[in-house]
Amino acid sequence: MLWLSLYLPDLPLDLLGRGTSEPEHPLLIQDGPSQRPVVYACNGAACQAGIMPGMGLGAAHSLSPELRVHVRDPQAETEALEGVAAWAGQFTSRVVLQPPAGLLLEIEGSLTLFGGLAALRARILQGLRELGYTVAPAIAPTPLGSWLLARAGQPQEILEISHLHSVLRKLPITTLERSAHLIQALRGMGVQTVNDCLHLPRDGLARRLGPELVQYLDRALGRIPDPRPAYRAPPRFQRRLVLPAEVDSTEALGFAARRLLLELSGFLRGRGCGIQNLTLDLGHRQRPPSRLTLGLVRPSRDTEHLTRLLRERLEHHALAAPVDELVLRADRLIPLEEDSRNLFRHPESTAQDWPQLVERLQARLGVKAVRGLCPLPDHRPERAWRFCTPGETGTTVTHPRRPVWLLETPKPLPVSEGAPWLDGRLRFESGPERIESGWWDDMDVARDYFIAENPRHERFWVYRERRAPERWFLHGVFG
Amino acid sequence: MDPLHPLLQRTDIWRGGDRSQAPYALAAAVAASGYPALDARLPGGGWPVGALTELLLHRPGIGELRLLLPALARLSRQRWLVCVAPPHLLYAPALARAGVNLARVLLVDDQEPAEQLWALEQALRSGLCGAVLAWPRTLDHRRLRRLQLAAEAGAALGFLFRPAEAIQEASPAALRLGLNPSPTGLCVTLLKQRGGWSRAPVILEPRDAVA
Repeated sequence: MLWLSLYLPDLPLDLLGRGTSEPEHPLLIQDGPSQRPVVYACNGAACQAGIMPGMGLGAAHSLSPELRVHVRDPQAETEALEGVAAWAGQFTSRVVLQPPAGLLLEIEGSLTLFGGLAALRARILQGLRELGYTVAPAIAPTPLGSWLLARAGQPQEILEISHLHSVLRKLPITTLERSAHLIQALRGMGVQTVNDCLHLPRDGLARRLGPELVQYLDRALGRIPDPRPAYRAPPRFQRRLVLPAEVDSTEALGFAARRLLLELSGFLRGRGCGIQNLTLDLGHRQRPPSRLTLGLVRPSRDTEHLTRLLRERLEHHALAAPVDELVLRADRLIPLEEDSRNLFRHPESTAQDWPQLVERLQARLGVKAVRGLCPLPDHRPERAWRFCTPGETGTTVTHPRRPVWLLETPKPLPVSEGAPWLDGRLRFESGPERIESGWWDDMDVARDYFIAENPRHERFWVYRERRAPERWFLHGVFG
Repeated sequence: MDPLHPLLQRTDIWRGGDRSQAPYALAAAVAASGYPALDARLPGGGWPVGALTELLLHRPGIGELRLLLPALARLSRQRWLVCVAPPHLLYAPALARAGVNLARVLLVDDQEPAEQLWALEQALRSGLCGAVLAWPRTLDHRRLRRLQLAAEAGAALGFLFRPAEAIQEASPAALRLGLNPSPTGLCVTLLKQRGGWSRAPVILEPRDAVA
């Protein structure tokens, strides 16, 4: 087995930083008792101002007047970690949570599929960067071994267990995630590194400090099994992204939404699914969230396509108030066979790609503005067709010659010298075609239709009302 | 030696009237119009694929769509036909009668000229459309150029119905036709074509069409 450990050292900060593309603004996460909050983590801009973790909040404020302060939200960190775990499900089915800020991926079975260790590793790390996370990776044959290396900031790729032993032995005992009490006790015994620890007699060590430390080291070194329960992603997608500051431009929202779409896309790929409906809730401080929904003609998980659609929607959405968080939801997952990542790249796209065009147009112009045409089996011209969803097929009836343009409502024509006029006297070319129908519903029709030409050689479709023979109407134009 | 000779050897000099040496790939795809008399006059023998064709007319209703229907019917078997903001209702039974596959017709309606142009460009560029028809109210040269490039990228036939006054403006469209009604049929004048000269107008009767 081969484990890739992903340690997210700046998770609390990344949670906020990933929501914006703006240059870094001094920001810190506060934690500790409410009477005396301290700096839990701070970003680069805050560090430059002299702020350090552990510092009192008052001191931090005096160092940087424009400081943004957020309270640490362990719940959000857990959700974020699970979000990354679900995203990582596209690379392997064995993803293990290592709370509060780590993931372990068993990758041996995925090496062939993803083109080898280097390619897989690069792809995962690149993906995490795109999601907006800082990551410290390490690879080793045991889960705990790789995790200790990642925690120690040693981005090594260790394939052999013997190699792992020699590397782990050099680690200082402070990198072992054990209680302060235990570390203190080891120090008191003159133990500085893992190597020192391993040179002590096992049973003596177990007697003095309990069996737990010995077993811990055995697991790290692969001497005893270390079973880990795999993370199981929920059956639907819901992710929240808190913005570091309120945003009132839809462009900035597009950036943040893309982070969530990337997560969604990985999540879907891991489950072999696509989605057809998506909702994005824009959270406001003072009022209920505004909801944007997106419907797709065909299930998809293509990040680029979804990003484009959502950007179009956002561009045409007037923000009711500044936005402080985004929630992306997709409830219904639809199994997706083929990979639809390469659409819209070359002109020789196939017919099955058409929903993407329809969706793009509908996302921007609205569903009602993009329609198809369907013939209906009815002799009344107004009822012989309808608008439909693009791609729908109707029932065709063969009619005699019909005009390409139809007027939505027939237009009365003036009558003079016994003939209707339209930019001159109309001369009948053919007709009458009698259409008498619809006595059973609300549109009873009794008309005689003619094809007529005016002196300018324009052709029209006109009719005479059978029940009022003097009344002529223009109904269509032969364009 | 003929002083012209070295000049004529240059590939970047285009000799008018010599279609075989035209700088544009005239061998590039064309879609037969369905009117043999018109195809005979059109460069390459049909509507240029991956290019804009401008149809200039004084007012709609003179047979301008009938001119396109044979080609549209054929294109709709495989690819999409997109109509952006047509001036009236496109009447489905008439299209069906002309052989157009209605399941591949997409109507886009928007009041905003800017949105219409956006939709037009998207459709042209998508690579999914056989033909894209539009009735733009205003178009400047820069816009036309963008649309021409979009049509090239998407290998679509772009048909723009424009008022006859547009003849005054220069255009990057590959083909410009003037359409006028006449007692015997639709009179088509070639105003501009790539790699060729204007010729005498051709008058097309509806019955001339071969599907």
